[in-house]
Amino acid sequence: MITRLFLTLFLLTLPSAAHAHKPSDSYLILKTEGASVQGQWDIALRDLDFAIGLDGNGDGSITWGELRARHDAIAAYALPRLKIHAQDEACPTRATAHLVDKHSDGAYAVLRFVAECTKPLTAVELNYSLLFDVDPQHKGLLRLEYQGTTRTAIFSPDKSSQRFELAELSLLRQFFDYTREGVWHIWIGFDHILFLLSLLLPAVLYRSKKHWEAVPGFRPALLDVLKIVTAFTLAHSITLSLATLGVVTLPSRLVESAIAASVVLSALNNIFPLIEGRRWMVAFAFGLIHGFGFASVLADLGLPQDALLLALVGFNLGVEGGQLAIVSAFLPLAYFLRNTLFYRRAVLFAGSIMITLLASVWLVERVFDLKLLGF
Amino acid sequence: MHPKLSILLFLPCLLLEAPVVYAAPFIPASDAEVLEQLPFKASDPTTRELRRMRQELSESPHNLDKAVALAQRYYRLAMADGDPRFIGYAQAALAPWWEMDEAPVAVLVQRAALRQYSHNFNSALTDLKLATRLEPRQGTAWSLLAAIHMVQAEYATARQDCEKLHGLASSLIVVACVATVDSLSGQARQAYSTLQKAYASAPAVPANEKLWILTRLAEMSDRLGLAEEADAYFRAALKLNIPDAYLLAVYAEFLLDEHRHSEVIKLLKDKERSDVLLMRLALAEKAINAPRAAEHQAIIRARFDAARMRGDKLHIQDEARFNLYLLNTPEAALRLAQENWLGQHEPSDARILLETALAAKDKTAAQPALYWFTESRIEDRHLEKLVKAVRGLK
Repeated sequence: MITRLFLTLFLLTLPSAAHAHKPSDSYLILKTEGASVQGQWDIALRDLDFAIGLDGNGDGSITWGELRARHDAIAAYALPRLKIHAQDEACPTRATAHLVDKHSDGAYAVLRFVAECTKPLTAVELNYSLLFDVDPQHKGLLRLEYQGTTRTAIFSPDKSSQRFELAELSLLRQFFDYTREGVWHIWIGFDHILFLLSLLLPAVLYRSKKHWEAVPGFRPALLDVLKIVTAFTLAHSITLSLATLGVVTLPSRLVESAIAASVVLSALNNIFPLIEGRRWMVAFAFGLIHGFGFASVLADLGLPQDALLLALVGFNLGVEGGQLAIVSAFLPLAYFLRNTLFYRRAVLFAGSIMITLLASVWLVERVFDLKLLGF
Repeated sequence: MHPKLSILLFLPCLLLEAPVVYAAPFIPASDAEVLEQLPFKASDPTTRELRRMRQELSESPHNLDKAVALAQRYYRLAMADGDPRFIGYAQAALAPWWEMDEAPVAVLVQRAALRQYSHNFNSALTDLKLATRLEPRQGTAWSLLAAIHMVQAEYATARQDCEKLHGLASSLIVVACVATVDSLSGQARQAYSTLQKAYASAPAVPANEKLWILTRLAEMSDRLGLAEEADAYFRAALKLNIPDAYLLAVYAEFLLDEHRHSEVIKLLKDKERSDVLLMRLALAEKAINAPRAAEHQAIIRARFDAARMRGDKLHIQDEARFNLYLLNTPEAALRLAQENWLGQHEPSDARILLETALAAKDKTAAQPALYWFTESRIEDRHLEKLVKAVRGLK
């Protein structure tokens, strides 16, 4: 008879009826900062009732009063089931507040706690075992927040211990931070842009009998641009690295003044051409100066001593990326306009005069430490 | 700003915010505030029985009979209202044997039942094949094998599984098992009348067998397009007053097909806890613009999000339905329906694949269901209509 009873029940088992409810999950949020971890743990009241009993009067409903009476018991049950380790040392946990939250499937106890580790966290090892003994289908859904980044993970009986490298996370993030700073610096660094533009403006032209002529094809223009940009990049990368690693240091006022002078000279060269074919040499020579300028910006950003190289490479890549964007916007436009009088008179000649004037003001400002312009 | 414009701009926020699914943590205003309703009171006989069984098992956790009995008890609770927590509790009762490949037969069978519940069909089949090899007269194992093979559209194998039940179950159960397979594989009318006759002439059928057979008869007559008979069988099954999530779900689907939306709302109004039933409720509410439609839709969405966070893929058929009918995103729905079809081939799986393919106007995506439809020779009025429409697609 017993077998027959179960038999019918099994036949009824059509999976369409399966998982009619949301299964048991807890939501764990951990925020690490320095040597401490701030935690918030949402655990379903139904689960807590099954594990330790919440329904004081046995009427089938759980009131806030009944839950409040069990707050200590909840902390005593839950907190030992989450072990937080940093550098092989346990970080003891302590409940700080008890609240309530409603999730899509009912009410949850919200347990706030803090874990104090002895040293600042570079990695954290979590061991989660809540409810696994009574409900192996239970899962713990973790959100780990560290320096503005969020990682998620799922704890289940076969994945109850997990380790999270925080330093690694932060390194990658730092790298991208410095790359972004590099792009930003070239974008707002008018002196670098104007220096580069001054050298690039004649790239779509060539001198013939003291006159500018349009280059016949795209190839010579592109080659000229490539030579200039490569020389500039190589030069400023060298001095940026040397300055950042502390091999060579120059006073920043001298560097800034020299940068302004480089802009003046390269723009003047378009008006009174002295150096015609070998502008890439100018780019290299002055590029060395610009590299020192980049280095002081990088130093102002604050250099992580444990990740100096990473910051350097990230920043430099950012600068190159920004530079490339400017060049690829400039070249097609200049090439398109190269035959026009407008390009030769308004862009090359008048533009170079304006750059010369502006950079001269910078030069005066920087040499005498004055403030003449609003930017 | 023009007042109307500000209302228009505000409206989407309202729609997003109105059903407060995730509020911020709070401290309730008074001790008397009720936060949660438990499935059972402390005085409920079920609670007492479970407490006694758990107590006994905790005293001797390696007692096979006690462990299997508790697991079965929890499994029945899971069937009644579909709460997967009971599946977890059942698994916990079997903990000493859970990781064993060659577990005792009673554990193998129970473990297979729990595994198929979580859609681990292959490991469930492994357990059942071992169980029937060790104990060929294990009726429960054969019945589970039949159920799983039906889900996988292995009708010939399922029929053989049913035949094995001769002498192990009542003749009515054997007839019903075979008829269920036949009704899905080209002999719908004959299977239906065979089961009708067998049921009418069977003496003293226990209530839970009645429930099962009435549900099968209702589904068979619905597929044959005999709506009135189906309705009568569904009602007769409900009248038995045995809580059963599956029965409520299929009856609600039948009522939705019949456009009897307000009856769905009446049937399911206090079943919001169950995802499957809440989905049917929300579909009915949407159809007649009932007041809580938006709220329920937001809750369903939150539950799908939660399921995704925990890495669950068990809701996938309903998620397809949700995308198709509540969010009106047929392409996303189709992808889900296709993924669902990889795991199981029941008429409802074929139906959602055809419906989403039709909505997304993607005939190629429907091919597996069209092939299954022809191959199985299933007779189903809903599927027939859909197949015709999909075949008409360019």
